[in-house]
Amino acid sequence: MSIQTGSQTVGPYFRIGMIRGGENTLVQDETVGQRIYIKGQLLDGDGQPVNDGCIEIWQADAQGYFNHPADPNQAQADPNFRGFGRSETLGAGFWFKTIKPGVIAGAPTPYINVRVFSRGMLIHALTRLYFSDESANADDPLLNSVPPERRATLIAQRQEFGDVPTYRFDIHLQGDKETVFFNP
Amino acid sequence: MTVSNTAPVIDWARQPSYLYDGYKSTAKRGPTKPLIPMAHTLAELTGPVYGHDDIAPLDNDLTKNSAINGEPIGERIIVVGRVTDEADRPVRNALLEVWQANATGRYWHKVDQHDAPLDPNFRGAGRVLTDENGEYRFTSIKPGAYPWRNHLNAWRPAHIHFSIFGRDFLSRLVTQMYFPGDPLLPLDPIYNSIPDENARQLLISTYAHDITTPEWALGYRFNIVLCGSRETPFETKEV
Ligand SMILES: [Fe+3]
Repeated sequence: MSIQTGSQTVGPYFRIGMIRGGENTLVQDETVGQRIYIKGQLLDGDGQPVNDGCIEIWQADAQGYFNHPADPNQAQADPNFRGFGRSETLGAGFWFKTIKPGVIAGAPTPYINVRVFSRGMLIHALTRLYFSDESANADDPLLNSVPPERRATLIAQRQEFGDVPTYRFDIHLQGDKETVFFNP
Repeated sequence: MTVSNTAPVIDWARQPSYLYDGYKSTAKRGPTKPLIPMAHTLAELTGPVYGHDDIAPLDNDLTKNSAINGEPIGERIIVVGRVTDEADRPVRNALLEVWQANATGRYWHKVDQHDAPLDPNFRGAGRVLTDENGEYRFTSIKPGAYPWRNHLNAWRPAHIHFSIFGRDFLSRLVTQMYFPGDPLLPLDPIYNSIPDENARQLLISTYAHDITTPEWALGYRFNIVLCGSRETPFETKEV
């Protein structure tokens, strides 16, 4: 086994290399699925918005498939959906336009994997976004492994805005409402 | 499908912690509560797949991809390396994004107010994919050291930032490559945040005379080892 390469912070200038514009829109016209917005703020230990962070998301397509060789259903995955998104966090927050993911084989409920980078973080943090309007969340093994009082930090709250609903997902790096982060 | 994971993929003995006294900004930004173990589902065993359509011809030449009216100033360098997993298997079609300061230690970014000149012919961003052997190569300019406000007289050693997408969600890495013999390394809290001496030294590239090109540029080698799922259906097939 080789030693894994150590992580270092993205620093304050990651925009130069990591932000090309448009990567927070995951859908194109041909993409199958219910359009949604995900909006939120990244907040530090003082509750102040982090204006130089970066959020990445990774999710299944509308049928719960991934266009990746590890998925036995790759051949049926939506060719017009890569499933990866990236958004800077400016003071006003981050946002994505994507689709509501389908349920992955073997999982009870849909979810999106989320990764957080910023200046002041030496290694990124991993979390998950679940949807407030999914009653099967109650059966999710990962969610059930989280202390009950902290589960709400993983649930994006549905807000109605026309035919593209918005789910609100704030990420707290510290404090009473510190988001649950995972050790995969 | 849930794959039980025997051990976390992140080797915390070799990775920095979220809170690190030497780097002041971690105090308000590093998560403080214990991480919760996560078994791997298909969402962790997959990740974005990249290909040549994602790369433009000059993306791997930072001396040319933003040149306006001439060559950028500074020492030309060629950086090569191999991206592997922990079992030394090459990671093919890994996307690398790199960014860096120019030769004077100034970034092409509005937040950077260091009193050093910008170079109109150098923005300092590039992208490259690894090939069939997991190898990558790009051309650039040796970045300068630059001051930051972490503590009195704080200077970052010369470095190139790397963002790497491996085979799956778990193998994602953002790191920095340093240069051999830099006297600022022992003084740098970001470099020193790696707790293990061997792991720390692996962030320092080595001078590669076999890559150095006569009358043109100096070569450096920086190999990268990604963590990631220990078992995935398609990896087992490949071996
Ligand atoms: Fe830097």
